[in-house]
Amino acid sequence: MNKILFLITFFLVSNLLSQELISGKVTYINESNIESNLEGVSVYWEDLSYGATSNVNGNYSIPFSASSNKLIFKFIGFKEDIVEIGDNKKYNHLMVVDNSQLDEVVVNKRKKTIQKSYFKTQNIINVSSDELLKAACCNISESFETNPSIDVSYSNAVTGVKQVKMLGLESPYLLITEENIPMIRGASQVYGLSFIPGTWVESMQITKGSGSVVNGFESISGQINVELKKPYSDNPLSVNVYSSNMGRNEINIHGNKKFNDKLSSGIYLHVNKNSSINDNNNDGFLDQPTSKAFNLFNRWQYINPEKGTVSFLGVRYMKDDKVIGENTKDMAFIRAPWKGGINTGRFDSNFKFGYVNPSIPYQSLGLQMAFSKHDQNSFFGSRNYNINQNSFYSNIIYNSIIGNTLNKIKVGLNYSYDDFDELVDVKNNFFTRIDKSIGGFFEYSYDSMDAISLVAGIRYDIHNNLGSFFTPRFHMRYQPYEKSVIRLSLGSGRKASNIFSENQNIFATGREIKINNNLGKFYGLDPEKAFNYGISLRQGFFINNREGDITFDYYVTDFDNQVIVDWETQGELSFYNLNGKSFSKSLQIDLEYQILDNVLFKSTFKNYDVKKQYNSGFKQNPLTPKNRFFTNIEASTDENENGSKWKFDFTYNWIGNQRLPSHTSLIDFKGSSPSYSLVNSQITRVFSNKFEIYIGGENIGGYTQKNPVLGGYPFGTDFDTSLIYAPIHGALFYVGLRFNN
Amino acid sequence: MKYLIIVSLFVSSICFSQGNNLKSQKVSFNVKGVCEMCKDRIENGTLKLKGVKYVKWDIISNNISLIYNSKKIKLDDIHKEISLLGHSTDKYTAPTEIYNNLPDCCLYETLSIH
Repeated sequence: MNKILFLITFFLVSNLLSQELISGKVTYINESNIESNLEGVSVYWEDLSYGATSNVNGNYSIPFSASSNKLIFKFIGFKEDIVEIGDNKKYNHLMVVDNSQLDEVVVNKRKKTIQKSYFKTQNIINVSSDELLKAACCNISESFETNPSIDVSYSNAVTGVKQVKMLGLESPYLLITEENIPMIRGASQVYGLSFIPGTWVESMQITKGSGSVVNGFESISGQINVELKKPYSDNPLSVNVYSSNMGRNEINIHGNKKFNDKLSSGIYLHVNKNSSINDNNNDGFLDQPTSKAFNLFNRWQYINPEKGTVSFLGVRYMKDDKVIGENTKDMAFIRAPWKGGINTGRFDSNFKFGYVNPSIPYQSLGLQMAFSKHDQNSFFGSRNYNINQNSFYSNIIYNSIIGNTLNKIKVGLNYSYDDFDELVDVKNNFFTRIDKSIGGFFEYSYDSMDAISLVAGIRYDIHNNLGSFFTPRFHMRYQPYEKSVIRLSLGSGRKASNIFSENQNIFATGREIKINNNLGKFYGLDPEKAFNYGISLRQGFFINNREGDITFDYYVTDFDNQVIVDWETQGELSFYNLNGKSFSKSLQIDLEYQILDNVLFKSTFKNYDVKKQYNSGFKQNPLTPKNRFFTNIEASTDENENGSKWKFDFTYNWIGNQRLPSHTSLIDFKGSSPSYSLVNSQITRVFSNKFEIYIGGENIGGYTQKNPVLGGYPFGTDFDTSLIYAPIHGALFYVGLRFNN
Repeated sequence: MKYLIIVSLFVSSICFSQGNNLKSQKVSFNVKGVCEMCKDRIENGTLKLKGVKYVKWDIISNNISLIYNSKKIKLDDIHKEISLLGHSTDKYTAPTEIYNNLPDCCLYETLSIH
């Protein structure tokens, strides 16, 4: 109770912290080349909180804005300027005459790499491509290491795959979309994020809580949307090269061409190769697979502003081959070595079309269609796992208003088709399934910059295996003061659990796989269903004229039904439906403060309470840290005229104790893993807007799990590579370059 | 049958909203103002009028584009209401006492640029 009181007090008091003035003089160079005062210039903060006009002497003065540090100077006949104001109370500005009037507006502003909005109704965090650069390489699943909303952990000791979690729940409970088309699901659930190269990404939107009804019923704990680069706006040529001391080498090349005002096209190529044998912990198993991958994407963009149309067409092919297991190169074997291979091929194509009636700009129609074919053939020791998924998705959305543009509506239809073909080493080892669904949705939003906004949506789906059901979602934002926002969200979600593809780490174990068949439609199991609700409080503040904010997020996911993956018994792995309670409660506190003009400090504390009813009792989810702490500092030097500067980034992660399932090889731990810390850092030298070199390290302290591979004999039932609580490889260093033209 | 309900709901909501377009009038006229703050004041104030569906005001040209339902509001009333926000239109001049209370940067009469 005291804590809540403290929060509320803090919330109110920090509102009183600002009301200072910034003043200065606006001048221009007149015809006789003399600097003269300029009267009548509009000076206002970007958030429109305060504004003023320069007087006869060119002087202006306005109160500091609580939510913006960008001051706009605007006057007809001059170039518009946006200036970032630090802690100076005086700022003089020289306006430049705009002779042509057609010249592009000179915009000089620094954007934060992770932006949280005060105005959006949903709790959405926008991650820019600059933030992605902080993790240097390589693909999206790795890029979250500098982002506190998403947790990244290893899923097992041999495949090198990193798994993401949000609100304490694994990635299958997230809806991951690529430009709002559901993408990483079914067969691609585990490896999918690692198949999107970081350099292809323009931005990402992370939504906490149940999200919008528009993209389907599957999201439970949140949504991640990935926006890829667009041929029209991307650089004509970009090259990124990366190399690490662990033997991983990557090349990304993008080329874009504008054929005319309307038509443009881009080709994006990603190649990576890791051929070096790393076994730093000397357990006889490769710490990272040797691998090679190839990913090619061709995209076309057509825009016609007069007719109000825009469309995209994309085709993509990728191939990824990994070799895992025992080090057969440097070691001699008296028995057969434990080896494995994961070979994936995937084809994607999508088409999008949008139409905005130029004379009625609030009405628009959007159509999306996507087809994909995913093929994975793999073996883990003596176990095989093959999955083949064909998927078709289409979505049509109509946007309009009720009454006026403050009241917007979206109505639409989805159709999706998936067929799965799996070969698994369990009894009745062929699984085939077809999922078909058609759904209609309606979403109303009251959208204004005023104190309250809300989004309320409902959808109805008819699914051949899940049945027919409604999915409601509700989001509300209340902004009592300019720098205070309260958000609420509430919604339900359901999904079919693709038990094998979502839990591929079960194959690199000797555990006997058991399915507790209760005649459900999915491997004999019933689908998963959950409610998610949460509250988020955000309070901005100004200390020393520098911006900062503090955010409290509390989200609860309550499962009505769930597929429990039970690791509790050594030598066995069981799947069964929930019989009892299962929930995930997550608390996250973020603090962000601009320490100096060029130094941004971020810190996060997270507490997860994830419990479920196992056959053996009501227990904390294994391998999920109860507490985590995160700090990130980003800094840069002032930019020189040619754009050159230094950029520094430092991330510290502390990961608390995790409950370990019982295994005789882990007996020393008494059921819980030790806490540990990880440090990542990166230095970038920007030579110009076109060229930069970066160098960095991950897990610089070199903390590793002592015994990631459990059980003496790899073909025995005690063999286990999945009880992983810490990194497998030690410190990793890398160097790379980026070139844009 | 269930599929039919979903699809027909979708189609009818589009038709309904297209039907509404028939009652809509589109106009454009001059409203005096200076800056982004004026834009916010003009657009938000106009959108609150019953019958007004869409507003966009352009800073450079001082032109307002409106879509409104002519059965619910008369064009003349829109002009009048906007002038009461402190921004003169082609037809009505803003009352002096309201104009004088505008934020400094919105005082279009004293700023010689328009």
